[in-house]
Amino acid sequence: MTISREPIWDDAPASKLQATLRHLTTFLSSLGWAARIFIESAAYFPSTLVRRDSRTVLMSQLYVTGIRTLPVVTVVSLFTGMILALQVGLELRRFNQEMYLGAAVMVSLIREMGPFSCGMCLAACVGSAIAAELGTMKVNDEIAALEIMSISPVRYLAAPRILALIMMAPLLGFFCCVIGTMGGGIVGVTQLGVDFGQYMASAISMADTKDLFVGLLKAFVFGAVIGTVSVSEGFGTSMGATGVGKSTQRSVIVSFLLILMLGYMVTRVCYQ
Amino acid sequence: MNTPLIEFDNVVKKFNGVAVLDGLSFTVEKGEVLALVGPSGTGKSVTLKHLVRLLTPSSGRVLVDGVDVGECSSKELDKIRARIGYLFQGGALLAWMNVFDNVALPLRECTNLPESEIERKVEDALAAVELSAAKEKYPAEISGGMQKRAGLARAIVRSSDIVLYDEPTSGLDPVTSVTINRLIRKLNRELGITSVVVTHDLQGALAFADRILLIKDGKKVECATCEEFVKSDKPAVKEFLAAMKGELK
Repeated sequence: MTISREPIWDDAPASKLQATLRHLTTFLSSLGWAARIFIESAAYFPSTLVRRDSRTVLMSQLYVTGIRTLPVVTVVSLFTGMILALQVGLELRRFNQEMYLGAAVMVSLIREMGPFSCGMCLAACVGSAIAAELGTMKVNDEIAALEIMSISPVRYLAAPRILALIMMAPLLGFFCCVIGTMGGGIVGVTQLGVDFGQYMASAISMADTKDLFVGLLKAFVFGAVIGTVSVSEGFGTSMGATGVGKSTQRSVIVSFLLILMLGYMVTRVCYQ
Repeated sequence: MNTPLIEFDNVVKKFNGVAVLDGLSFTVEKGEVLALVGPSGTGKSVTLKHLVRLLTPSSGRVLVDGVDVGECSSKELDKIRARIGYLFQGGALLAWMNVFDNVALPLRECTNLPESEIERKVEDALAAVELSAAKEKYPAEISGGMQKRAGLARAIVRSSDIVLYDEPTSGLDPVTSVTINRLIRKLNRELGITSVVVTHDLQGALAFADRILLIKDGKKVECATCEEFVKSDKPAVKEFLAAMKGELK
């Protein structure tokens, strides 16, 4: 597929209605384009794992996605767990039910908050960086240069980045759950007087396999969405440095919105 | 009569209703160097982009060796692109690779050549643009002129028979500009490379080009040999030459 896209229409719109219809068509066309980028990237995943040069890019992307984001993910998930424990724990204390604090924190994290906070961190740290990097390459003609050399930018640039996000998001989502549970435990022990052993026993008793798989599925979906959105925004950049800024901003906003919407949809499909 | 290697046939290109190219027609013969000159924003770079289908015409045809670039299949387009080297204004080098790897990129990605053969070809291309000493450096560590020469090495490393230059001397000092202009001529004479050069450097164009094409408002004003061009009595050419002379003074 061609990344150097031209406007669909050569002529100016004749009326406001036509302009509105064109905006709508352009929006739908952008959705289709993003879907094509994901599908074509997915077709290149096997070669990304096999080809030596692609594997090198993939390894570097796995490092950027998985290791470089660890400090942020750790802090966010730790405090998410702590806030959850404090809010829920204070309510449970009113009914003398603090022994269920671990269960409440674990269920919230594993089903929703773990993959959600992981998705937010990845969209903000990795998605924005991908959109900015590819956007800068686009406005500097580097992507056009790749196309002229008959090197597919989707294979060379998009596939390793999307695959790295898909591989790392579930792992980071699980990591978020573990760190968040620990954070909840710290608050339980220090603020609410809950025994740590009792807290962990309660948490593990509620760690259902289905919940774990749904949580990992959500993280997987979020990884794919963040990768596709940030790559397509980067590839769609125009208008120089201003365009790079706008693409980066749009990639974060669209990823956030889709994480919320898809999170709800997966919950609805899996639990109702 | 030989078929021209490159042919623009009444090409119109509109952006948002404005015709940037307005019925442009010209040909380039095999082994020829054509300089595209004209005021800024007159469609010179747009013309170049049509040759590799970075843009497609609103109407008209762009032919490379008889193949309609705007309409051909992606396989045919790959074949055409394999024959064409393109030097972008900024060099368009990948920032995370050193000069050697940038030049080797099209060979590593698009051919099955052994690494030893790739190394030999890259060394030859870098020697041709006098950049062998900087092969280990990254794009951010070399000057704009060196980046353009590295981009040129990448454009010719696949033994391209057509090279398109988009303002190869813009933003460069006079000495580096002369070096680049000499390289364009040298590559044409020694390797028989057909070249289309978008430039504002008329002095340079007179030195390296076989013919000069003046474009104004997306239309061909004059296309003639260097001698004929400077003697042309067309008002637009005289105006352009006068402006260039004024700039030189």
